[in-house]
Amino acid sequence: MTVLRKGSGRPRSERAGAPADPEEEAGRSPWRLAWHAVRGDRGACAALVVVALLVFMAAAAPLLSALGGWSPTEFDKTAVDPYLGGLPKGPLGGISAEHWLGVEPVTGRDLFARVVHGGQVSLFISFAATAIVVVVGTAAGIAAGYFGGRVDTVLSRLMDLTMSFPSLIFMIAMMAVAQDVNRVLLMTGVIGIFGWPGIARVVRGETLSVKHREYVDAARAGGFGAWRIVTREILPNVSGPVIAYTTLLIPGMISTEAALSFLGVGVQPPTSSWGQMISEAVSYYETDPMYFVIPSAFLFLAVLAFTVLADTLRETLDPRGDRA
Amino acid sequence: MILYLARRLVGVAGVMLAICLVTFTIFYLLPADPAAAACGKTCTPERLAEVRHSMGLDEPLWRQFTDYLTGIFAGRELGEGPHALQCGFPCFGYSYEYSLPVWDLLTDRLPVSASLAFGAALMWLVLGLGTGIAAALRKGTRTDRTLMVGAVAAASLPVYFTAVMLIHGVVRVAGVLPYPEYAALTDDPLDWAANLLLPWTALALLYAAMYARQSRSSMIEAMAQPYIRTARAKGMPERAVVVKHGLRSGMTPVLTIFGMDLGGLLAGAVITESIFGIPGVGRLFFDALQRSDQPVILGVTLLAAFFIVAANLVVDILYAVVDPRVRY
Repeated sequence: MTVLRKGSGRPRSERAGAPADPEEEAGRSPWRLAWHAVRGDRGACAALVVVALLVFMAAAAPLLSALGGWSPTEFDKTAVDPYLGGLPKGPLGGISAEHWLGVEPVTGRDLFARVVHGGQVSLFISFAATAIVVVVGTAAGIAAGYFGGRVDTVLSRLMDLTMSFPSLIFMIAMMAVAQDVNRVLLMTGVIGIFGWPGIARVVRGETLSVKHREYVDAARAGGFGAWRIVTREILPNVSGPVIAYTTLLIPGMISTEAALSFLGVGVQPPTSSWGQMISEAVSYYETDPMYFVIPSAFLFLAVLAFTVLADTLRETLDPRGDRA
Repeated sequence: MILYLARRLVGVAGVMLAICLVTFTIFYLLPADPAAAACGKTCTPERLAEVRHSMGLDEPLWRQFTDYLTGIFAGRELGEGPHALQCGFPCFGYSYEYSLPVWDLLTDRLPVSASLAFGAALMWLVLGLGTGIAAALRKGTRTDRTLMVGAVAAASLPVYFTAVMLIHGVVRVAGVLPYPEYAALTDDPLDWAANLLLPWTALALLYAAMYARQSRSSMIEAMAQPYIRTARAKGMPERAVVVKHGLRSGMTPVLTIFGMDLGGLLAGAVITESIFGIPGVGRLFFDALQRSDQPVILGVTLLAAFFIVAANLVVDILYAVVDPRVRY
């Protein structure tokens, strides 16, 4: 049985500017729509390249830092000047052939290695937290929308309740009080807990609008069970807004991780993350500006690129979606 | 309307109770021991047990929770015997770090955070809505694109980066303003504003960027409605069309976010307050974390939740005022 995609409920020709190309007539998957939208927009293309580079950098962090010749926790006392309070030797925070992005003051740890490994931690936490939010949110949204009744009431109340939590304050409190646990995993979970109601509401609304379409009725009449209908009929048809919403979540997650680490309740040294590096560099912003600027620039670029990409995807996949 | 309000208030009470319970349970389950913190470094096991008992920490969870709730509404006595502390209504616990009831600490710090939040809100509304509406009315032009690129970039800058850059540029290099040091509004309004100008700007830049994006898209949607065409067709001046018909429906979605954001900020902007050294609720919270001052942490969390829930309620009521189609 072929799965009908979102938008195939009405003829293509109704859509403004839809080309009469026979290939275009067939319902296109959200992924293909997204790909076309990004290709047609120079800003989105640039954002996609930046995102790809950052993801590659994070994934290949150990490889890249091996290439640079320094591990992120390796001290290099020869790169800092003990007579200047441990400031890096040389201009621009000690940028040299030896240390590509300079070194940290006092310890002389290689900034390139730390930024690359920090990016790995930052992106891992934000991606994993996003994954939790999307899976939980989509499941809750579909369940609330599809089953309705009491399930809907309970889940909707739970959404309202979660949204009333002062999330940042709560996250900070939980991160600060918890001890002796894997910080990265804890942070992923804590950030993930509070994000799901936004996407759940969107998915619930979408589910309500598709659950009485003909193909769902047809599947039901064909004797398929709820599980099959939900996974094969409903899920593919709500996937457009879900993809749009997912990309929209990522920049927020990156910022949240950075904020928690900046406040000192996130990842703990010697593990680095961008937020944690910025927090350590704040006191050096005048004497060693590059130390402060480099992690900030990476954080800024990451958030910016994901936001631009998300904007493009949202315009295509979820034309009526509002900011969460 | 009265019935709606009554129903909503019951809902608010329910949500607050649930938040209270969840927060309480989490802190109860977490390993950090407030008694150990209160008792100090040189603490014998017997003394620790005594402190635990006087703080009521040896009671079961439900008992501690009901005691806490009773305290909020009726006040209570903390500890027993001659050293018992009177914690009057509304009792949100007692901070052994400050030797003050949590409620006193909160009410002490709240005006500071409110100063920061309202000032910043005014700035970001003017800046953000101005930018967003200007861009929406020039949709597709170079001005629109420039403004929106600026907004995306500003929204991507972390507030601590903006704050440090502002301090560096305005205070260190230009020397226009003094290093921010909070002064109360009632003491000297000019000093108050001068010292809060940088924190306001840092916060407002971030929010203004988000509001510019949001107000642009909802304004574009509003201006595409049929009634706008009707208004234009009957010969209404464009300015009046925009102000009377466009803004009214275009700004309704912004109102929702504004309520949430302002509610969230009233209980303290933790990062901004700690960078600028503003002694608000956020700073109180952050200091409480460093010292495991759990009564304060719990108090701030509840206060923050209260503001969010209250802001949501106010926004829902305002909806009826802004949008005549909404009836309760």
